[in-house]
Amino acid sequence: MSRAEPYLSIRSLRCVRGPRVLINDLSVEVAAGHGLIITGPNGAGKSTLIRTIAGWFRPDRGEVSLIGGDDEKTIAEQCHVIGHLNAVKMQLSVEENLAFIERYFGAALPGAAALERFGLGAIRRVPAAYLSAGQKRRLALARLVMVERPLWLLDEPAVSLDAAGQDLLIALIREHLEGGGIVVAATHTPLDFAPAAELRLGRPVPVPTRGAPAGAGEP
Amino acid sequence: MSAFLALIARDIRLAYADGGAIGTALGFYLVVVALIPLGLGPDLNLLQRIAPGVLWVALLLSALLSMERIFQNDYEDGTLELLTTGPLPLEAVAAAKSLAHWIAAGIPLVLLSPLLGLLLNLEADAFGPLLLTMLAGTPAVSFMGSIGAALTCGIRRGGLLLALLLLPLYVPIIIFAVASVNAMSANYEGWTSPFSILCAMTLASMVLAPVASAAALRYVIH
Repeated sequence: MSRAEPYLSIRSLRCVRGPRVLINDLSVEVAAGHGLIITGPNGAGKSTLIRTIAGWFRPDRGEVSLIGGDDEKTIAEQCHVIGHLNAVKMQLSVEENLAFIERYFGAALPGAAALERFGLGAIRRVPAAYLSAGQKRRLALARLVMVERPLWLLDEPAVSLDAAGQDLLIALIREHLEGGGIVVAATHTPLDFAPAAELRLGRPVPVPTRGAPAGAGEP
Repeated sequence: MSAFLALIARDIRLAYADGGAIGTALGFYLVVVALIPLGLGPDLNLLQRIAPGVLWVALLLSALLSMERIFQNDYEDGTLELLTTGPLPLEAVAAAKSLAHWIAAGIPLVLLSPLLGLLLNLEADAFGPLLLTMLAGTPAVSFMGSIGAALTCGIRRGGLLLALLLLPLYVPIIIFAVASVNAMSANYEGWTSPFSILCAMTLASMVLAPVASAAALRYVIH
């Protein structure tokens, strides 16, 4: 690969969780500067797809690659994942949480600069345990701007954010896309950013029993 | 390297913050050792003979109490997954967290030991050897313990399972540690072999245990 900007390629992916096929033969490419919005009913496999891309769930078949990325690194090392859990340490203050991100990831932007942008400046010394759900989410989102990564995997990123928080999130995503980044977001709330394709996951189907026609299912 | 140090510093800080297990571990150590002489009666010779073994057993049990936390809290709040997106391989994450456990829990337990030795009428000649073997052996306790902590971090109330899993790993540590204390306090006769084996176990566990823990953590994350 020449110095093209990285793009995400998912090829004939099949994910089985327990007795159900969540994702069957999914192939999709997301180019640099583009977003992919994953929608679908509860239990459709949105989070599983996000985890599979991050390398935290082993697919049955198929592969995920970040083509044009750093071949020395795994996808996990080139992405940000915002999941259901905020990965915020309750005993540490807002500042200390950000300071850890800064030191652990060797962040480009110091935590102190991120504080103001995320409206956390006034509560910088408060232990995270005392924060509201929305404030914890803002604290988790701060690492998106502190550490530069080409791929953002967002699983319901807008959960518990207020209107201003959602606007901030959308602004961050737009900036990231303009800079040639990739965003894959699983969401129920409409996130207004472009250019983005939508991937609608259908209802999961039972794993076909031996002898049954394969490939049936996935609407 | 700075990521490695950042992780160690954070873990030590968390161990002493609210909900850290260090107070529990130190308190448990004190309680066990304080109760033993009351249970055995005032036979000073008997106490003196069993003191090194009792201190080592009590130290192991106290360390086990805090062991669960090495990975469990990080697993539950999503930090473990965050760490996998960082610059360190999981092996290094496991090594940093084991080392942090040794610094935060192992060293204070070792430092408390001479004081508790007084309660058991520990021989004057045995204080030095006891401290030496504990300093040499407790890293193995933390590193081997991290394997069990990694295997059980996805299980609620995995403490008992953790203790059962670690029992066979801790048997050789305690045998060689107590053998070296006894040999050292008896005029240093033949002390080098048990002590060398103890040191070897520590060194080997520092290299091998992180690999095993990382494999267990990968399994838990998937």
